[in-house]
Amino acid sequence: MTEIGLGHYLSLGAVIFSIGVIGIFLNRKNIIVILMSIELILLAVNINLVSFSIFLGDLSGQVFTLFILTVAAAEAAIGLAIIVVYFRNSGTIRVEEIDTLKG
Amino acid sequence: MIAHSIFFYTFSLIAIVSAIMVTASKNTVHSVFFLILDFISISCLFIMIGAEFLGMIMLIVYVGAVAVLFLFVVMMLNVAQQKNQWFASKDSSKHIPVGLIISTLIFVEIIIVIGGWKYKPEIFDINNSLTQVTVTNTHSLGQILYTDYIHVFQISGMILLVAMIGAIVLTFRQRAGVKRQSYIKQISRERVEGVEVLEVETNKGIRIDD
Repeated sequence: MTEIGLGHYLSLGAVIFSIGVIGIFLNRKNIIVILMSIELILLAVNINLVSFSIFLGDLSGQVFTLFILTVAAAEAAIGLAIIVVYFRNSGTIRVEEIDTLKG
Repeated sequence: MIAHSIFFYTFSLIAIVSAIMVTASKNTVHSVFFLILDFISISCLFIMIGAEFLGMIMLIVYVGAVAVLFLFVVMMLNVAQQKNQWFASKDSSKHIPVGLIISTLIFVEIIIVIGGWKYKPEIFDINNSLTQVTVTNTHSLGQILYTDYIHVFQISGMILLVAMIGAIVLTFRQRAGVKRQSYIKQISRERVEGVEVLEVETNKGIRIDD
């Protein structure tokens, strides 16, 4: 219990990943919260990569975490820009009112 | 080692609770603040585990840029007023059991994988040189980032460039009726058009017709 090993960090990553998935499914408010849930999922992946990298002694995990950070930042910027444009066109970003595609 | 575990449990508890609050809080601005708290506690965990560079980068990139971007968009779109709409619509309650079941399944699967993991016993002994060498984390990361991963590094720079251009192109719009400066008109102005030298008679003054 007091010895913090790889399993503890992986469990933390699993918990945060599941919370992110729950956030995507349960969200009824607006799309911004869905984007934040995606950030949470990427964060959980980062936790996994960093903890494997530290405990197995291979630095490649941290390098890949760096690239995931880059892609996450780009994704947040593009996603928020799309949301701003959508809000300008239709006046709402509530999830249940975005049903143009009838999906 | 006891301090390590105390710090781990504290930060991971804060991270989990704030992750729950990100999805559960009614106000979107509060969600963004809890997201910031989540990033901060995870980066504290990274620094504690020995990945200092990533922890600091995480603070700079996520808390300094991404979360502020989220906050900016939330405040600009004025969605903070849309409170109390957690389970407001009627047909949304269909999603709740499905989402709970799926995410619980994912969680259980990951936990089973973690629990059933068998480590090769020698793998920890060989590789602990990472923590014992005198080279810092940042130094060793740079040594492989700029040699082995240089192409991926440059491609990630291109991704950032494309994202920047895409965000600008998406949100750019030209409004009608906005007065702008015309640079070419300003630069190509001659002295003759702007200045006129007049002879002023005494006690008469001058009439300027605009």
